[in-house]
Amino acid sequence: MTNLQSTYLGLTLKHPLIAGASPLSHEIGGIRQLEDGGAAAIVLASLFEEQLSHEAAALDHFLTQGAESYQEAVTYFPEPDSFFSGPDEYLDHIRKAKAAVGVPVIASLNGASAGGWVTFAQSIEEAGADALELNIYYLPTDPMMTSQVVEQMYVDVVAAVAGRVGIPVAVKIGSQFSAPVNLAKRLVDAGARGLVLFNRFYQPDIDLEELEVKPHLVLSTSYDSRLLLRWIALMYGRIQADLAATGGVHTVEDALKMVMAGASAVQMASALLRQGRVNRCPRPR
Amino acid sequence: MKRPILTIDGNEAAAYVAHRTNEVCAIYPITPSSNMGEWADEWSAKGQKNIWGTVPTVVEMQSEGGASGAVHGALQTGALTTTFTASQGLLLMIPNMYKIAGELNSTVFHVSARTVATHALSIFGDHSDIMAVRATGYGLIASNGPQEVMDLALIAQAATLEARVPFVHFFDGFRTSHEVQKIEALTNEDMLAMLPDELISAHRARAMSPERPVLRGTAQNPDVFFQARETVNPYYLACPGIVQKAMDKFAGIVGRHYHLFDYVGAPDAEHVVVLMGSGAETAHETVEYLVDKGEKVGVVKVRLFRPFSVEHFIQALPATVRTISVLDRTKEPGAAGEPLYMDVVTALAEAQAGGFSPFATMPKVLGGRYGLSSKEFTPAQVKAVFDNARAGKSKNHFTVGIHEDVTHTSLPVDSGFTTEAPDVFRAMFYGLGSDGTVGANKNSIKIIGEETDNYAQGYFVYDSKKAGSVTVSHLRFGPRPIHSTYLVTQAQFIGCHQFVFLEKYDMLKNAAPGAVFLLNSPYGKDEVWDKLPRKVQEDLIAKKCRFYVIDAYEVAKATGMGVRINTIMQTCFFAISGVLPREEAIAQIKNAIKKTYGRKGDQIVQQNFAAVDQTLANLFEVPVPDRATSTIGIPDTVSPKAPEFVRNVLAEIIAGRGDELPTSAFPVDGSFPTATAQWEKRNIALEIPVWEDDLCIQCGKCVIVCPHASIRMKIYDPALVADAPATFKFVPAMGKEFAGKKFTIQVAPEDCTGCAVCVEVCPAKDKSNPKRKSLNMADQIPLREKERENYEFFLSIPDYDRTALKVDTVKGSQLLQPLFEYSGACAGCGETPYVKLLSQLFGDRAIIANATGCSSIYGGNLPTTPWTVNAEGRGPAWSNSLFEDNAEFGFGFRLTLDKHLEYATELLEKLREELSGPVVDALLSADQSTEAGIAAQRRRVAALKHALAAIPRPEAGRLAAIADALVKKSVWIVGGDGWAYDIGYGGLDHVLASGRNVNMLVLDTEVYSNTGGQMSKATPRGAVAKFASGGKPSAKKDLGLMAMAYGNVYVAKVAMGANDLQTVKAFVEAESYDGPSLIIAYSHCIAHGINMRKGFDQQKAAVQSGHWPIYRFDPRRAAEGKNPLQMDSKDPSISFEDYAYQETRYKMLAKSDPAAAKALLAAASQDARQRVEFYKQMAQMVYGGDGKPQG
Repeated sequence: MTNLQSTYLGLTLKHPLIAGASPLSHEIGGIRQLEDGGAAAIVLASLFEEQLSHEAAALDHFLTQGAESYQEAVTYFPEPDSFFSGPDEYLDHIRKAKAAVGVPVIASLNGASAGGWVTFAQSIEEAGADALELNIYYLPTDPMMTSQVVEQMYVDVVAAVAGRVGIPVAVKIGSQFSAPVNLAKRLVDAGARGLVLFNRFYQPDIDLEELEVKPHLVLSTSYDSRLLLRWIALMYGRIQADLAATGGVHTVEDALKMVMAGASAVQMASALLRQGRVNRCPRPR
Repeated sequence: MKRPILTIDGNEAAAYVAHRTNEVCAIYPITPSSNMGEWADEWSAKGQKNIWGTVPTVVEMQSEGGASGAVHGALQTGALTTTFTASQGLLLMIPNMYKIAGELNSTVFHVSARTVATHALSIFGDHSDIMAVRATGYGLIASNGPQEVMDLALIAQAATLEARVPFVHFFDGFRTSHEVQKIEALTNEDMLAMLPDELISAHRARAMSPERPVLRGTAQNPDVFFQARETVNPYYLACPGIVQKAMDKFAGIVGRHYHLFDYVGAPDAEHVVVLMGSGAETAHETVEYLVDKGEKVGVVKVRLFRPFSVEHFIQALPATVRTISVLDRTKEPGAAGEPLYMDVVTALAEAQAGGFSPFATMPKVLGGRYGLSSKEFTPAQVKAVFDNARAGKSKNHFTVGIHEDVTHTSLPVDSGFTTEAPDVFRAMFYGLGSDGTVGANKNSIKIIGEETDNYAQGYFVYDSKKAGSVTVSHLRFGPRPIHSTYLVTQAQFIGCHQFVFLEKYDMLKNAAPGAVFLLNSPYGKDEVWDKLPRKVQEDLIAKKCRFYVIDAYEVAKATGMGVRINTIMQTCFFAISGVLPREEAIAQIKNAIKKTYGRKGDQIVQQNFAAVDQTLANLFEVPVPDRATSTIGIPDTVSPKAPEFVRNVLAEIIAGRGDELPTSAFPVDGSFPTATAQWEKRNIALEIPVWEDDLCIQCGKCVIVCPHASIRMKIYDPALVADAPATFKFVPAMGKEFAGKKFTIQVAPEDCTGCAVCVEVCPAKDKSNPKRKSLNMADQIPLREKERENYEFFLSIPDYDRTALKVDTVKGSQLLQPLFEYSGACAGCGETPYVKLLSQLFGDRAIIANATGCSSIYGGNLPTTPWTVNAEGRGPAWSNSLFEDNAEFGFGFRLTLDKHLEYATELLEKLREELSGPVVDALLSADQSTEAGIAAQRRRVAALKHALAAIPRPEAGRLAAIADALVKKSVWIVGGDGWAYDIGYGGLDHVLASGRNVNMLVLDTEVYSNTGGQMSKATPRGAVAKFASGGKPSAKKDLGLMAMAYGNVYVAKVAMGANDLQTVKAFVEAESYDGPSLIIAYSHCIAHGINMRKGFDQQKAAVQSGHWPIYRFDPRRAAEGKNPLQMDSKDPSISFEDYAYQETRYKMLAKSDPAAAKALLAAASQDARQRVEFYKQMAQMVYGGDGKPQG
């Protein structure tokens, strides 16, 4: 049998194909299916700090809405002693995922505040994740904000997190930088052990009937992989970090090309979502 | 032994002991006792054990009748069992209470005593419910404050086990049940010591068991019943002694010593008052004050009212007593005196006759009533009672605390008399419910109570309006236990948390000289003085107040707190008052913040911390000048154009001066005029909708969804706009039938609550600027004046001729005048749009029975009512009987109407000759199926009455009195799911089965909304509610399906947000059906934990997900051979999760117990799928003769 072993973020993978962050890893059952289907590692869906903050504020607001106002209904809800607020649920998910599967489990984090990135990363490490993928994106809308400032924010996040956790840290970035290779180098210098290329975002759309902006995520196609093929090839050898391909790997051929270009790991998400059943994902022969 | 110090209210204190000393608790929510059951449920849900190490079982029943039955059963099988209730709830338990006592079961019912509804419902406190059960054989034991509630709850539990007499342990609703006090909590060891195992075992040994079977509940005959009934005598005779023994034992363990009758006062008192409950504490405080001044007065606090121990009572009185004033917190019309008075008279007479009276001469005994429905009972009133007793011509059977100017029973009260002690710190805070003032004050009491040696008391006056509700907090802190069971007077600190209150409430009325006045003001320290009303300036000067301001909203905004200003104002209070050293106070506030918000996330904690930290820099003292300069007056409470009764009576209540209204101001039988909410201009909206006439498609959706009837439309003759104000908007009316007319959408600026649901549902957008809709919210204040003028003009435009409208359409129905307007319901309420629709379609001929609940409160809570009349003076006749009997109550309406129609028909036949045959025939054969037909019949009846006046036969007069029955009436039976699914279901079912023409509207919020979110059988699986904190495990009861099973009931399930046209059609069809109709209306609710602005989106999602399939089941179709069931919703198009997880009631379980949430979500999704499939199959059933499905 051919040896397809690969090393990614210091983790030994039985082959380079890993499950990228997607809703498939929301449930432990899904994570098991991913392993059963052959995934060599599993990147969990991201923990979004902003969403957590928003949910906590919403929970507080709606649990107390109308309370202490009207004489017959001083409250409207029973209040449990504790909520799985903040990252508890996610951290618990990491623990359960680790217990459920043998392959490496890579957590993913999207922070919102400087403090949040570091504290959540530390908690994720404590929960037992084998590695951490930082899902950084920032939409600069301020005309006075320069690319240097934006890039420095990325670098600062990586430096802050990598300096405080022991597990390997990868960074997932978008493709739209003027000098991606230089940015990649700076991120690696700041402590990133791997780069995940590239992040795909919800894109805006307009509903012409309702006259509303409706963002939605379009799943990738094989064609999209051309973009990362270029940049992985360009970075390989120039950047001293593991490279993971993500965004457009749908077929055996797509995966092969990524490995040939220099990827240590090939993440799949859209293909798994589109195929529906993870055990039908293309297996390396 | 160190006992924990807690700062809790009376309800929690009762539940604290009850939960620890029982195994089974069967309850039903009712104000003000609901919290006791909720506490017990919460503790059991969290696994908290009783003193014997097992978690008590807490169950919510369908009514108090059911709860008492369950209690009886559990007692009979040997469980230590309790319940919590009040008022009507206690009355529903009476049959079982006779049984429980008759069988000598040991139990304690904890009752927060509340007024029993008579001429009106009242949720507040008095002893009318307690007095209604004094014949049941229960012992009645009274607590006067939260500490006593905890102590006597245990004493009663110990006594009942030994005495075998069951007890009602009661304390005053709200005044004690909701008063927060610092108390010393009992420990498990205390309780174990009071409740020896032998007594528990004896209780168990009396249980029913097949191992040692006995028969109970026999039927007995005249030969033996009487003597068998007398067998219990020894137990009742021994009972007072056992209670006293328990009190003595308790004193030995805990230190506080109670007696059956506790006397406070001069040992040589000549004048004594006797009373029980919280009022006894005010009497205690007053007596101590007067004795200090050298007066020979005293008070007897009655603790054990039943069994009444004559011997102990006589012993409690000093032999020097010359007058005894007995104060009853109840009224027994027609009795020789109120119950406690009667007992005292009897006791004295028996002592005299029995030769054990200590008095040289028989004291004069006077009876009086006080404090009904939580009427304030003050030291001044106590003094008035003593003054009356001393007077040469004392009033007997007096009242105190009101001005009873009809039969002149009331005593004069010196309102200037006060016993407020100089070393007690008193503070008052005026806030909005939504700004969190009460929550912060509860924290402040905890901080001061638990971190200092001070005793602390907090009492909170809430609102009966649910939108824009105002709260007033009354706080006292002092070095001695606080006996002041009355609202704060002479406050040293007054916090006004909303600037607009300056014009609405006389807050400085209660300011002590030199008091601090803290104002949350949008105006800075240099300009605020000039923005104060003149009266406020004058009061600040006259009382030499110190005046502080802070722009709390600005601080809140800067720290991400939104509109929550509570911690900011709390910080100000501590900083200014100096109750605690500033640094320590801030540390304690932060500690409290952590406790309150910590479990919901660190971010909220940090925001609150930031708010605290930024407060002091923004708090300023404003020098008070020595002269008032303001020209700002206090506006009239109501318009001078209001009717006399509104101006003289209702306006006084609105202004907070209801206490000063005399008896003669009120109707004798509880009848009030309708059409009064229009005068109560509340101006609570920060923003109101503004109509962009160029975009409007005139669909009427904004009008139909408005919960407060504060956005309306009219179509009218163009000539009318000639007199319109300059800013009044109008456009040509759309639609062929309205050709040549004008159209206007108008907002009632002062009645709108700013909920914005109209904007949400508005479908018309500006194609060149999609952010601009035909309705957009804008600041109210700049619009108020001109929109007020526009609205007044709009109201003067005649309504469209209703006989010419297609009323079964959205637009047609919304051109009808709403006869339900400006209610006190929550902003964005999901119920009131249906109620308003009912009023539009049928209000001019409707007679409405309204179950107790939200709809009876926003419909009938004084001061004003939203039910109104049309230009002819017709409108809904509305009444609330009870919670449990509403279907039967409305059914009674129908019986009268049918009977009178029958009788009128008979009389018409008798008068056929005098009236002429064609007139009689026209009246009897009138087609009243349309608006035009009804209008024609009204004209015939008017002519008939005229003709009858000239006929000199007795039948003519008899017919005239009931002739209105000849015009079609529309009987509506309205209530919530608590009524329809639970407490009133038996009646609802019976009325449906009767076949009579009544219409039932179930406003289904899927939870008890009015009492604060308890589970009902309408609650869906997986939703969290009180008594279902782990998510309701069973599926929602399918009331519609049960009603359809009768075959002859019109049933519709509707959700206005999903299909407003279907809703309108269902109402019209239901009403037109000559038989029972049931409409089940999805009503989103604040108790769902949703953004109320999006309530109609949630209705739509409920339907789309299959949770709430909408349909109409019309028996008339079956008669035509068609399937009566028509599905009006399509197959589910979104998942149940997509609907449910937009609501906190479902989502919170995912946050507290994700595994359970997942399982329940799956089951609830399955419920939805099955329900839809089931209905689809029903709708496919063959009703015709040819075996083919019929459309």
